[in-house]
Amino acid sequence: MQTRKVPHPGWNLEYLMFLFTRLSGLAFFLLAVIGMAAALIMGARYQMDLGTLMRWTFFPNPNHVLDSNIPDVTFGWANGFWQIMQFLAIFFGGTHGLNGLRVVLEDYIKRPFWQIVIRLLIFVLWVFMILVAVFVVLAS
Amino acid sequence: MALDRRVGFFEGLKYKGGGPMLAWILHRISGLGMIVFISLHVVASFFTQEMGSDWAISINIVYESVIFQLFIVFSVLYHGINGIRIIILDLWPRMLRYQKEMTWLQWLVVIPIYGLTIYIMIQRMITGE
Ligand code: HEM
Repeated sequence: MQTRKVPHPGWNLEYLMFLFTRLSGLAFFLLAVIGMAAALIMGARYQMDLGTLMRWTFFPNPNHVLDSNIPDVTFGWANGFWQIMQFLAIFFGGTHGLNGLRVVLEDYIKRPFWQIVIRLLIFVLWVFMILVAVFVVLAS
Repeated sequence: MALDRRVGFFEGLKYKGGGPMLAWILHRISGLGMIVFISLHVVASFFTQEMGSDWAISINIVYESVIFQLFIVFSVLYHGINGIRIIILDLWPRMLRYQKEMTWLQWLVVIPIYGLTIYIMIQRMITGE
């Protein structure tokens, strides 16, 4: 029997991703608080329903608030600041989530050969997802 | 891990891990759920924006259904709050002594927030606002 090893502090993937997972978890809360507070200051209380506000809080993309009473989203809801917020959300979310997928798979797959295959696949998926998401943000 | 011990799926279900095990399995399911659905949504939006396909629209019809919204709101809320508990325990290991208490305290936070959210969501759906 073999259980998952506790990562030892140092410059190894397991420990760095352990730290990254905790720090990005805290970062999501910070991003969400900024997104929701700004939306409420800009008048979300009277312009959209709860679902729309939650979508915006999770990912501040102008397409998420098109279905609302905002007269013109280009005024405050779609600018460079929100694009940077979206890039941060993508980088943290994609890395946290795909690393999580790797952790789950490696719990069940123990053969070194398949572990390498899985790491490669997830790495390719990670690069691909981030590029696609950057395109989507720039085009919205 | 599970495979090394040669425990079958149904035997595994009989393992009585209690509250902390429920937290672990829900954290896993909600995390995997989010990464799968968000990835699909992002890729579909890409095809819609760049190639004018209506992939994103057909996926969004599923995503906007009541059942799906109940699931995804729960995933985000539960994973976030349970994640905070894990982070606190990791940064402050002395709290591990109270981890049972923290696990049920967490339900006391999750249930009212989730309940209120779905109450508002369902109310809006019925009145059609
Ligand atoms: C408020 C936001 C979040 C917090 C505080 C958070 C926290 C955490 C923590 C602490 C872990 C490690 C669990 C462990 O080591 O046992 C984790 C795992 C994971 N997270 Fe998150 N997370 C958040 C958002 C997300 C999002 C948005 C996604 C998806 C894109 C995600 C996907 C995952 C996955 C797939 C795992 C691996 C599950 C496992 O190992 O069983 N998380 N999360």
